[in-house]
Amino acid sequence: MPSSLLWAVDVYGRVYSLSTAGQQWEHCRDAHLEFKRVTAVQQCCWSIACDHNIYLYVHASEVPIRYQEETYENQRWNPVDGFSDRLLPSDRWQWSDITGLKHQPLGDFQLPSENWEWEADWYIDENFGGEPTEKGGWTYAIDFPATYTKDKKWNSCVRRRRWIRYRRYKAQDTWVKIPSEQTESLPDPFNDITCGGWEITEEPRGCLALWAVSLQGKVRTQFVPDHFYCTFEQVWFRCDINHHNPEGSVWEEVPVPGEVVQISCGPGDLVWAVWFRRGVNSHNPCGSGWIGMVGEMVMINVGLSDQVWAIGFEDRAVYFRQGVTASELSGKAWKVVSVPRDSERSHSSASASSLQSAGCFFGGEVRLQSQASMLSDADAETERAGGEVVPTPEIGDAPKPRIPKVTSDSFISELVSDREGQISRRDVPPAGPSIPEEDHPEKDQSGGVDPQWSNVDLEEAQTHLTSGPGGDAAETSSLSSVATYNLALEEPYGLDEPPKWAWVSGGGCLVECHTQLNWFNSSTSTALNSSMQAMSLSITPAQTAAWRKQIFEQLSERSKREMENFMHYEQAIEQSVWVKKGTMQWWRDWKPHKWVDVQFALEQFSGVEGNKDGILFIYYTFNDEKKYLHMFINEVTILVPVLNDSKHTFAIYTAERTKQRWPMRLAAATELEMHDWLALLSVSCCDSRGIQGPPSKQAIWSVTCKGDIFVSEPTKELEASPYPTPCAQMFWRQVGGHLRIIESNSLGVVWGIGYDHTAWVHTGGYGGGFFQGLASSTDNIYTQTDVKSVYIYENQRWNPVTGYTNRGLPTDRYMWSNASGLKECTKNNTKPPSPNWTWVSDWTIDYAVPGGTDREGWQYAADFPASYHGNKTLKDFVRRRRWARKCKLTTTGPWQEVPPIPLSDITILPCGPKSTVEQVSLWAISNKGDILCRLGVTSLTPGSSSNYGSSWLHVGTDQPFKSISIGAVHQVWAIAKDGSAFYRGSVSAQNPAGDCWYHIPSPTGQKLKQVSVGRTSVYTVDENGNLWYRHGVTPSYPQGSSWEHISNNVRKVSVGPLDQVWVIADKVQGSHSLSCGTVCRRLGVLPMEPKGHSWDYGIGGGWDHITVRGNAMEAPRIVMPSLTDNQTATRPLQTSNQPEMNGNPVGC
Amino acid sequence: MADDKDVLRDVWFGRIPACFTLSPEETTEREAEPYYLLLPRVSYLTLVTDKVKKHFLRVMKTEDVEEMWFEYEGTPLKWHYPIGVLFDLHASNTALPWNVTVHFKNFPERDLLHCSSNSVIEAHFMSCIKEADALKHKSQVINDMQKKDHKQLWMGLQNDKFDQFWAMNRKLMEYPTEEGGFRYIPFRIYQTTSDRPFIQKLFRPVSPEGHTLTLGDLLKELFPAAICAEDEPKRFQVMIHGIEPLLETPIQWLSEHLSHPDNFLHISIIPAPSD
Repeated sequence: MPSSLLWAVDVYGRVYSLSTAGQQWEHCRDAHLEFKRVTAVQQCCWSIACDHNIYLYVHASEVPIRYQEETYENQRWNPVDGFSDRLLPSDRWQWSDITGLKHQPLGDFQLPSENWEWEADWYIDENFGGEPTEKGGWTYAIDFPATYTKDKKWNSCVRRRRWIRYRRYKAQDTWVKIPSEQTESLPDPFNDITCGGWEITEEPRGCLALWAVSLQGKVRTQFVPDHFYCTFEQVWFRCDINHHNPEGSVWEEVPVPGEVVQISCGPGDLVWAVWFRRGVNSHNPCGSGWIGMVGEMVMINVGLSDQVWAIGFEDRAVYFRQGVTASELSGKAWKVVSVPRDSERSHSSASASSLQSAGCFFGGEVRLQSQASMLSDADAETERAGGEVVPTPEIGDAPKPRIPKVTSDSFISELVSDREGQISRRDVPPAGPSIPEEDHPEKDQSGGVDPQWSNVDLEEAQTHLTSGPGGDAAETSSLSSVATYNLALEEPYGLDEPPKWAWVSGGGCLVECHTQLNWFNSSTSTALNSSMQAMSLSITPAQTAAWRKQIFEQLSERSKREMENFMHYEQAIEQSVWVKKGTMQWWRDWKPHKWVDVQFALEQFSGVEGNKDGILFIYYTFNDEKKYLHMFINEVTILVPVLNDSKHTFAIYTAERTKQRWPMRLAAATELEMHDWLALLSVSCCDSRGIQGPPSKQAIWSVTCKGDIFVSEPTKELEASPYPTPCAQMFWRQVGGHLRIIESNSLGVVWGIGYDHTAWVHTGGYGGGFFQGLASSTDNIYTQTDVKSVYIYENQRWNPVTGYTNRGLPTDRYMWSNASGLKECTKNNTKPPSPNWTWVSDWTIDYAVPGGTDREGWQYAADFPASYHGNKTLKDFVRRRRWARKCKLTTTGPWQEVPPIPLSDITILPCGPKSTVEQVSLWAISNKGDILCRLGVTSLTPGSSSNYGSSWLHVGTDQPFKSISIGAVHQVWAIAKDGSAFYRGSVSAQNPAGDCWYHIPSPTGQKLKQVSVGRTSVYTVDENGNLWYRHGVTPSYPQGSSWEHISNNVRKVSVGPLDQVWVIADKVQGSHSLSCGTVCRRLGVLPMEPKGHSWDYGIGGGWDHITVRGNAMEAPRIVMPSLTDNQTATRPLQTSNQPEMNGNPVGC
Repeated sequence: MADDKDVLRDVWFGRIPACFTLSPEETTEREAEPYYLLLPRVSYLTLVTDKVKKHFLRVMKTEDVEEMWFEYEGTPLKWHYPIGVLFDLHASNTALPWNVTVHFKNFPERDLLHCSSNSVIEAHFMSCIKEADALKHKSQVINDMQKKDHKQLWMGLQNDKFDQFWAMNRKLMEYPTEEGGFRYIPFRIYQTTSDRPFIQKLFRPVSPEGHTLTLGDLLKELFPAAICAEDEPKRFQVMIHGIEPLLETPIQWLSEHLSHPDNFLHISIIPAPSD
């Protein structure tokens, strides 16, 4: 779990942030002003200062915020000068935008604000639609505007080229004032601000919506039964904030009917609604009986994953709502966040150290902490006594000249009105200026109780609270507060005085229900659980300590000494047969295929050499006759959990069944039962093959379409030539976790990427997931989450009377269906892919569908099934649109998260069998397409501690990328999103990031999709499933000369350190069926024949990814005499540092 | 890096090669061949020597056979100590296999407990586990287990089923994270130089100041002689499962990983070999 920040402002206007990994509030010192409000999202924080200006704080990131400016240079041909900048009067500008309508010479480009800087000067873009152009980057056409080509023809009368320049946002980790000329034009200053909407589906990803309320004239309060309303008349919406433009561009006024005092928005519509609900629950004072539960809160804020933050009314402490989960949005109890501020830490070392050793800062059990809670209690009492005056004695006691400024009239009046605890909350729809009619239905209840929300849990929650902070406070006396108050007089930062907070924003703070915060340590979690220790993210020093090493060494010495020479002795205890039985359903092997009830038994016994073995029996009844079939455990090659929304099924393969594409399919009655069996069978299979403990460094890893991870231990014979072990015989065992991509090398560095683009590093452990107890390592297993979208389609047909409706022809597909249209999928009946997944969003229209959509998300076609397009034409009689809903999986596995940058591809330097490399090159592509180089990855010790690396180095590119691969001698190849290939020059161990990109033309008419580079071989896969081999790669000419077609129906390729070629192939013929997603290995690959000659088929279908880049085990080679002389020539390739300039150097 | 689980496996699958010879005092019909066997370190002599008994009974008359007992170099071996403890205490630093003499007569009533059947061993084993859990968790964990769970622990030991045993024993090794360890560490210190059977006291894994206590801390309190100053020659060896852990090893970790199946950490202190 990466750390993220909770932001808060105290009553003196000082801004603090608290890291989820930290234990103290950090004062944001470079803020020279006092702030009134903060609103945070993960990448930045907005605030309103007391000068009523808006400030922005962008967190520094290893990937810079860059923006590409572009302009076109246009030329026309004339017989005298040839191509020149003399254009016809009717022509476009000599320098223009892409349309030619806007005049934009290079000199007219200005940085949008002083917070930007130019990265370099203007240069010519020589990449044209994925293909390199001639020098100069010109593209030709008959006339403006027309279709341009990269080749000059006889009738090319005009030409143009594209100039690009990058600017970079430089104001990171500092508060930046949003230019005042923009706000000055407003009639009055802003009063509240909120940021959110990063998951509003109509907007591109990464887009933020910033909302603000301005203060117009005087604050007017009016009495409405049971409520006070403070009236503001305008809500402003800041346009155009995205990751290219963190400051946004202009303010837009949003007309709002009625009045708004405080606004808040969450990541999307749903969260907003949740917020609204929270707001009502906790603020509604009108005697519904819930008030007692929540206490009174001054303000409340909904952060990521629906977590709720609040500031208590009485103690002004920051509270966290505990137990808010997707299924229980109301949470369980308020927990006070009681950590010291950084200033307190340094001042009162005694209390700081005791707090640290206690390791927890919250909860009734921890007496050390009571000082803080006593004080807050004392404050609360004085406040109570003081009645309505909120900024309380403290201001008098601690004379600070700045305070009056902070508590400006609006602020005080707001606090006062907060005292009444009666604030109307208005729904400000986050979708944009066109709102009024879309207003939320709950709006008019304006803080009133909505009966449907008065759920029962809340009463229960009340009792929770009494054991929580409330109970703690009640026990403590208020007398001791006197002394500390005196201290507060002397200390500038109020030593030991509990902070009084004015505002909190959790929009950037990611707290998952399973994470343990050390801001408070729940006293109820005294469950006896030593495995909780294993959850702590850091590698404990205990694991590297000398005593531990000594025990390991001595134990193995002891075993050697006492047992090695005596293994022929009889064992004192004979091993007996052990049987486990159960009932299951079995997918009958013959027609008609159907699920039949069977008895299932596993008999385990000790084999001849002491290793365990077993037999599986399936007892069934056929024609009233009892029969059985059996399977030897040592013949089982893999156990695969299968997605099925109605049954808990898994498949068992042997080598023979892998060839036939026909596993034994079984279904257990419950998920638990299935997992028990899978874990047991898996252990039994591993035992029979003598496999235990973590995967080896040479391991081959693969991932199924479902995200399940499998690992196989290669033998030397696996890559033997000419007779390798058939890959259908490989034994695969499952490892916990959920990934989309996994990459490894032979030094044991293994990284993966989840469906949600989170990067993970292998910890060196094994098991996790449903592998409990002994099938799993204990120290290296962490919680892993993943999020993916489920899609369904809404289909409509046009009729002359009513237009498009959901009434289709009788022959049509379901009006709500899956992509193929064959299966009915409605919003209600569609379930998450398996019971392990839970919904975390509502259904939303997906606008990011290949082929484009119209404004409502529709795609049109002449008929089902057909190719769809985004704009309606006369011939279109049907249309469809895609709905997406996110679901989330929480599991465990030997994976540790690598925050914070989401990735889409990754590659690790393949190494020879005995090589030792200090720094392991690791390249990645962020999900925005940036190329990154990981620094500090070593293989000194296996496991995540050294394989984790230290930081990302951003490698500049002109365009977004999607695939990358590094070869054994640092040859880096990458595929851009437009399908073109690039070679990175001069990468070496000393220069890990290389110097420039060489554009390599793609195979004619193909857009490349993925690349893999082995020792010398370079293979790519294009979007049409063709596998290409790069010809002519030599040490002096590493870019190679041409592409040679090897195969079709290939989905992915992995080339290993021995130049072995493995792919995931589609349409593989089996004896029973065609399979998609099958692991295949290229046969006949030899140093002189790197292309091989045919395929060997392994496990599948349903496989999505494989990496053989860890397997550097050379087979004992049968060398034919004629080949030996040539081998030396093709052995390790040495890239020269000065490659010949045969490609087009592009970029920096 | 090796996993802590590997320690559990190594401990469980520790074997001592033993050579059983019949005592010359026994009367036999013909000469008795010695019997060689790999003994599990964590088990009990009388639990794993059925084969030995059978072997020697073949050469003996039934009327000459009383309760079987074992002796090593004149010392009767207490069956109720784990085999590994007996070996470490009496026979470490000697040549393997371990020569154990088998007797069927003259049961040394003063030194040994009778062991009429496996149920006696089971009762002894379970009472040790219960005592250990009383120290660790005020008996909460063992009392929460069902009868069949207790049986699983015993059957796991009896049939040498590591998985079966640890599936249950795992629960006995848990503790609240915030407490940093068990309430008290169940341990026993054995020595050859004293008549006391063993030393056992209340000892917490964490000091009142919150420091993790180590094997050294334990010995300092209970057997200071075992800790020698740097310049002194080593007088004692501190053996657990045939190895000598460093004194800075946390006692809690030792208790979790190097305890015998009876949940006690059995520490043997023997005079260091003179060479």
